[in-house]
Amino acid sequence: MATSSNAPLIEVQNLGVRLNTSRGPAQAVRGVSLALKRGETLGLVGESGCGKSVTALALMGLLPDSAVLTGSIKLDGRELIGLTDGEYCKLRGNRISMIFQEPMTALNPMHTIGRQVAEPLRRHTGCSAADARREAIALLDRVGLPDAAKRVDAYPHQFSGGQRQRVTIAMALACQPDVLIADEPTTALDVTIQGQILDLIADLVEERGMSMILISHDLGVIAENVQRMMVMYGGTVVENGETDKVFSRMGHPYTQGLFRARPKLGARKGTRLKTIAGTVPELADLPSGCTFADRCPLVEDRCRAAPPPVIDVGGGHGVRCVRTDVSMAAAVGAPA
Amino acid sequence: MSVFLLRRFATLLATLIGASLIIFLVLDALPGNAAQMLMGADASPDAVRALSIKLGLDQPLSLRYLLWLKGMMVGDLGNSYVYGTPVAGLIAERLVLTIPLAIMSMSVTVVLALSAGIYTAANHNRLGDVGVMSLTQVGIALPNFWFAILLILLFAVKLQWVSAGGFAGWDDGIWPGVRSLLLPAISLSVVQAAILARVTRSAVLEVLREDFVRTARAKGLGKREVLWRHVLRNAMIPVMTVMGLQFANLLAGTIIIENVFYLPGLGRLIFQSIANRDLIVVRNCVMLLAAMVVIVNFVVDVLYAFIDPRIKVHHL
Repeated sequence: MATSSNAPLIEVQNLGVRLNTSRGPAQAVRGVSLALKRGETLGLVGESGCGKSVTALALMGLLPDSAVLTGSIKLDGRELIGLTDGEYCKLRGNRISMIFQEPMTALNPMHTIGRQVAEPLRRHTGCSAADARREAIALLDRVGLPDAAKRVDAYPHQFSGGQRQRVTIAMALACQPDVLIADEPTTALDVTIQGQILDLIADLVEERGMSMILISHDLGVIAENVQRMMVMYGGTVVENGETDKVFSRMGHPYTQGLFRARPKLGARKGTRLKTIAGTVPELADLPSGCTFADRCPLVEDRCRAAPPPVIDVGGGHGVRCVRTDVSMAAAVGAPA
Repeated sequence: MSVFLLRRFATLLATLIGASLIIFLVLDALPGNAAQMLMGADASPDAVRALSIKLGLDQPLSLRYLLWLKGMMVGDLGNSYVYGTPVAGLIAERLVLTIPLAIMSMSVTVVLALSAGIYTAANHNRLGDVGVMSLTQVGIALPNFWFAILLILLFAVKLQWVSAGGFAGWDDGIWPGVRSLLLPAISLSVVQAAILARVTRSAVLEVLREDFVRTARAKGLGKREVLWRHVLRNAMIPVMTVMGLQFANLLAGTIIIENVFYLPGLGRLIFQSIANRDLIVVRNCVMLLAAMVVIVNFVVDVLYAFIDPRIKVHHL
């Protein structure tokens, strides 16, 4: 299992996902590449429908059967695209785990939380029911569920949203996975709980040396929790790099738009929130050139002609925009 | 849990009392006089009046209702106007046939419907799903008495595997009795199974779309494991609700089916008693059917609480 520290643990190359939607085939992910070493953290940012969750589900092998995947996903050097479901089942919940957005619905209402946390252990480690239960209690205790030993036989509806998210985290961590994918893990929670859950995830990632892919539309969450980040739009990565570099430079007009659209504390009452003009394009009919062209303030004819290349603006910070020089000169500056 | 049971039990009693009241009023408001019916159209008014008094038909409505309720408590349902024998005995004799028939057809319904429903949901939009769902469409459209006649033509007349009608009784062991109830049970089940299969399919499909199914898959469970461990129990609530309601349809169906197969069951007793204006038998049989339906649905409600842990908290 252990690999040399330089080889990436998970490596995605030129991933493409085509989904069959009710409106016809949609290229939901186009040419996404990423590499994550053991212990590294990566953030995926973007609006709903930009392809971040589809990318995550592709890594988990949980897309519908009708989805067509191209490119390559390697875990520890092993190609995952094309694995049978049975083979994938041995990895899911074992070496690669996922935390979902909605803790209120992510747990089976009919089963006790103890049983649900113990389930991956029983499935992957083949341990006895009694051992799995003991381990489940220890895990629930670790994720900060009060009175874990007493509440292990309670049902999901007896817990609050934050507690349920702790349970799903315990479930995801049960088999000590190498990679943790957290898809908007705090979006559905109260603001006061969000910080606690993110801190818990960060602690656990550090403590267990996991790699983490954190998906969020919240720039603040990304800024505080990951080393590197990728901004996605229309199924492509429009900007990627170390988190501080992306935040300080903001090369892509879309990234800049995201920053401007954040609500600001202290803004005068009645001030309208800034938005990015236009709407996210339908994945079923994306434009042939830059996917952001229709909403971009800096758009030129050549933007629509062909997909723009990634331009390295220094230190592994890449921006997929032909007008990077102009956009970076006009950047809105570091986040407040 | 016990609070839930108590509340539900109170509802059960109230429903039964309501049902008895409606049955009593409707049957007593029915035109036609049992005494007149028994004596024939040519009987003298004096003789009819005398018989009315003998049967207690001259007493006030409320008193007769209360006497009936009291009789039900102690198991004395009075004597049949036509046969002159105790109604309780008549009914008990018929239940020996009708209860096994109901159990058999409910079992056939459940087995057929659950296997078809789960199979089609697991193979959603594939050939098997489309094929089985088309069959259920046909099943729903079949009138059960017509299907019963088809079954008789095939299995009794042509293949001669079973008899075309009549009931062998339980004296020679279980098998002869079961055999004579086989075709009636199947004819009663077809429509019910077709409906329940569709309900099961959509309930399972609905649950398959839930987030926790994806969570279970993310833990490394295979599709089949997810279906059996996580989906089915969640899908059972709507399925059981419909099953409870179908039980009522099934009992109503016995009235026709028992006539098609010449089975001396409760359904046939009701049919004959209505024709004879044997109101006291009709009233008690209908009350019994109503009670069975209400009790079955009570049991279904209690089962909810066993299946779904959330119901214990929310009380119905």
